Amino acid sequence: MIEATKQDDTVEVSSQTQIKPMTMNFGPQHPAAHGVLRLVLEMEGEVVERSDPHIGLLHRGTEKLIEHKTYTQALPYFDRLDYVCPMNQEHVFALATEKLLGITPPPRAQYIRVLFCELGRILNHVLNITTFALDVGAITPALWGFEEREKGMEFYDRVCGARLHANYFRPGGVSMDMPAGLAQDMLEWTDSFPKVLDDLENLLSDNRIFKQRTVDIGVASKEEALDWGFTGPMLRGSGVAWDLRKSQPYDVYEEMDFDIPVGKTGDCYARYLVRMAEMRESLKIMKQCLNKMPEGPVKIDDRKVSPPPRAEMKDSMEALIHHFKLFTEGYHVPKGETYTAVEAPKGEFGVYLVSDGSNKPYRCHIRAPGFAHLQALDFVSKGHQLADVVANIGSMDVVFGEIDR
Amino acid sequence: MSALEALTDLADHVSEKLGDDCLHYEFERDELVLHIAPDAVCAALQLLKSDVECQFTQLISICGADYPEREARFEVVYHLLSMTLNQRVRLKVALKEGQLVPSATRVFSTAGWFERETWDMYGIFFEGNEDLRRILTDYGFNGHPLRKDFPLTGYVELRYDEEQKRVVYEPVKLTQAYRDFDNLSPWEGMTDIQLPGDEKGCVPEHGYTPADKSVGGK
Repeated sequence: MIEATKQDDTVEVSSQTQIKPMTMNFGPQHPAAHGVLRLVLEMEGEVVERSDPHIGLLHRGTEKLIEHKTYTQALPYFDRLDYVCPMNQEHVFALATEKLLGITPPPRAQYIRVLFCELGRILNHVLNITTFALDVGAITPALWGFEEREKGMEFYDRVCGARLHANYFRPGGVSMDMPAGLAQDMLEWTDSFPKVLDDLENLLSDNRIFKQRTVDIGVASKEEALDWGFTGPMLRGSGVAWDLRKSQPYDVYEEMDFDIPVGKTGDCYARYLVRMAEMRESLKIMKQCLNKMPEGPVKIDDRKVSPPPRAEMKDSMEALIHHFKLFTEGYHVPKGETYTAVEAPKGEFGVYLVSDGSNKPYRCHIRAPGFAHLQALDFVSKGHQLADVVANIGSMDVVFGEIDR
Repeated sequence: MSALEALTDLADHVSEKLGDDCLHYEFERDELVLHIAPDAVCAALQLLKSDVECQFTQLISICGADYPEREARFEVVYHLLSMTLNQRVRLKVALKEGQLVPSATRVFSTAGWFERETWDMYGIFFEGNEDLRRILTDYGFNGHPLRKDFPLTGYVELRYDEEQKRVVYEPVKLTQAYRDFDNLSPWEGMTDIQLPGDEKGCVPEHGYTPADKSVGGK
């Protein structure tokens, strides 16, 4: 997995010792690389001089494919970007399309979307924190966290029929209403989940080994974090209080009462603490959503955008035609362009959507937070030891679905 | 003051400071778009970043776009975010094929990879970016895949060759020709023509409309 090649030139460190600079290949198949990351590391002994991430091993040409698909067909590609929290990605595409179409989803749909975005945030942070801990030597959090994560995935399963590739959010609402009993079960889960967070914190927050591996590792100051385009927990870990859910609220985030945790030190440990605190805030939002959620339709009542219910199609010719047209031709989106962004668990996830007035996007640029974060790996790892690179990758929360697109 | 008014004031301020470098500005669905001359990109970014009334301290992304029917075919699009003003701005630079654009790495460190991606996808060359390698495509890839004239299927496919014991590249062989359905109508040939008896309906807006209007019945 790790192979080293010698270079010819040698560096004199002292008269006795000679350290040969080495170029080291890390990945693409490496358990701590969080996917298919290939790092070319220039080492001076155990110290990393330069790290050059080679990405693109998971490049599927999502943006090109979306240009050849109707808006309805393009949406599931967003599940496959950051597959750890699929619905958060769908949300941004739905919002961008809604902005171009000039429509607003009904209130119940907005509540459902916020509810599942926050569930996605918890799923994401649980996966990140536990695998991060695994990378720096703690196995138990992964065993405990994944069990709990599976319960969250079951809610995904119950609401849309899929654990991962949800295809649930649609421009104009969500594809179907929540099944009976789900809201109650989710409410119970929000009461039981803090216990899991307490357990994880007991395992990690004061753990001597975990702190030795993360405190003062990969420090980014406020200015550096802004300069390198950090967003989300990476930026907040460096002490910048910025969250799109507060500053540029979308859907019903405006009505929610929650706090933005901010780190002080900008190191790997601060990012861990921010994520941990964010999960508790997400639970608060989920509870508010479940308690306040109004009754009513879950998609916009415009047959030119959202398909008619199956029952109506049995006796209405017009409904049948609408259904047929929507799933062959799709809807036409007025000419124009927009940049819409949401606060995804990893940071600002945005889409630059250009419509030429036809039924397919003309251009769809996807701004993935992980792309900007991984770029900064060279800068945060410089002068650290090899093992700290692993901690940095873990704290950056990289997922190659969104980075390679 | 509403957000849009604040954005209008901002646009006036920036275009005044930039002078001729800012070709014009417009509002696209309440989002500010500044059209900038290619040579002035760095100056514009620097101004937006450091001016007290702007403070666009974050470069969110850089991407390209391809409009083959235009004379200046490519567009480089910069998205900036100001946390102080809570505003976003979009910069656009129009480029002809082969025209260079100065790299923004001097102003924002994060520009590096976004420019590499734009180079990879569109073949737009950023002058002054010291590390302008391909980033997302394969080692030794040919062409720029997000250009509109690049086919969706690409040109090469690869497989593991049992005899040579390595991965080999071959020209794409499709067992069935790739068909790009426009889905505008399930009945081929009736896409956007005036159907007999449908004259009172709206005239088709999109896609192909025959010059000979007599196709429609009386």
